Amino acid sequence: MSGLEVHDTGLRATLQDEGRRHGQHLGLAVGGAADLHAFRWANKLLDNPRTSACLEVLMGGFSAEATGTMSIAVTGAASRLFINDRRQSLWRTHTLHAGDTISLEPPSNGLLNYIAVPGGWQGNELCQSRSMTPREGLPGLTVIEPDQLIEATSSDVAPERHVPQPFLPDYAAPLTLNVIPGYQHTAFSHDARRTLTTRPYTVTQQIDRMGYRLSGAAIKAPDMTLLSEGIALGALQIPTDGQPIVLLNDRQTMGGYPKIGTVAALDCSRLCQRKPDTEVRFRFAELANVQCERVVFEAFFGRTEWADSRTLRWR
Amino acid sequence: MSIEPVSEDSVLIRFGDQLDEQLTPRILAAQARIASQLGDWIIDQVPAYTTLLVVYDLHKVDFRRVVAGIEPILAGIDEGTSAPRDKGRLIELPVYYHPEVGLDLEAVAERAGLTIEDVIVRHSATTYRVFAMGFAPGFGFMGTVDPSIATPRKSTPRQRVPAGSVGIANQQTAVYPSVSPGGWNIIGRCPTQLFSLERLSLLQAGDRVAFRAISRDEFVDQGGEL
Repeated sequence: MSGLEVHDTGLRATLQDEGRRHGQHLGLAVGGAADLHAFRWANKLLDNPRTSACLEVLMGGFSAEATGTMSIAVTGAASRLFINDRRQSLWRTHTLHAGDTISLEPPSNGLLNYIAVPGGWQGNELCQSRSMTPREGLPGLTVIEPDQLIEATSSDVAPERHVPQPFLPDYAAPLTLNVIPGYQHTAFSHDARRTLTTRPYTVTQQIDRMGYRLSGAAIKAPDMTLLSEGIALGALQIPTDGQPIVLLNDRQTMGGYPKIGTVAALDCSRLCQRKPDTEVRFRFAELANVQCERVVFEAFFGRTEWADSRTLRWR
Repeated sequence: MSIEPVSEDSVLIRFGDQLDEQLTPRILAAQARIASQLGDWIIDQVPAYTTLLVVYDLHKVDFRRVVAGIEPILAGIDEGTSAPRDKGRLIELPVYYHPEVGLDLEAVAERAGLTIEDVIVRHSATTYRVFAMGFAPGFGFMGTVDPSIATPRKSTPRQRVPAGSVGIANQQTAVYPSVSPGGWNIIGRCPTQLFSLERLSLLQAGDRVAFRAISRDEFVDQGGEL
């Protein structure tokens, strides 16, 4: 099967799919693509099953050589993409031939790129998933290494396709994160909740696949001792210093800090493309509205098909 | 008991507010019944001390249907589900207790006003219950540690706690399955592999665990690394 001989991985390259199932009760992190939007589009361009694994590249700096003819799709951060030293567009399919080189420069906007191949990348599986979780140090499931050969699942050559213009994101756009009230929400004071929703917060340097630390006006955490409990994606944890942390895909399965609510999954996807020093805001949202946005998002990818190279229609 | 939505695709079931060993069998019974009866809807479950987080598949089910599915299951799990204290798999874990590998053993003894021997006896005399798995693959939160040797977490966590380290944090004890940062007080080291890709986790919530003191030679013989 055709694949890529990886030369450089940049800061971090991992395989990611929708994440593990039925592993958290053993202490395993969920993992999974941090930006669902860019991940779903990469697979959609190739008509892949939605669980197909993509390569997730942080901050560009990735380069590789094709071992045979293969289609790829690249989405995500505004990184300059080169195929054989020729600049190419993101958010579309390309065909590589044996010996072709592909490289991504560090992005001017956004952080993560997704590279998909027909049928997804092959890789080690754990809990029905090929997602890699660097912090867990599990053999074969940490990161892609330089000189590693990674192979596609199918050798199909995909037609030329482009993500339609209205769906292209701007990772520098102002971002307000929708927070579902939950967990210890009612234990926080009215003032604490108002601080969260009226003051701006800044993305710090302490960001990774486990979580995003933000800084801004301190949110007073309730004075309570809490037994550790299961942590959902997007849980908005307020430690004693009052600086919020949004917990992401590689979070620990349990935690004991008070949580003022949970950020919507699609907003977690938007957040993880934001660089340090970006300003974000929070607002409380109804569970039903957040679910609605997510269900429509998933239905779009599940129930549309390509009418031509730049148009999708509902099935 | 209450069922609260905590995110767009998960609910948190609260079984109580206080640490109570009797809650564990009820939480685990609920987890097993939810897995068998709602099967395909469920992506993951995280049992903890007093709660069960249930993550469901938004492609297949919504919040209302999930709650409607969970409610009758919880109604069937009453106080009577509590298993007697001695139920559950018993797993024996050998431990080499010595300052050579128990980086905080002397400090724990000093704080407790006990000898190192006393600390070892008190730690290994109790049969513990695994209340929950978390923090890292194969890491089991166990209780309840004898109050005389309960020691609060270190104010500054270590950057690197060696694999197999046996720690105490307040009235909890645990074994670190792999190298990781950590703030628990380390009193010894266990040579048993707690997590592998083939077998996954040796421990599961609900198990009982007994620690047995072993010598340096036995530790090395059993594959322990100093």
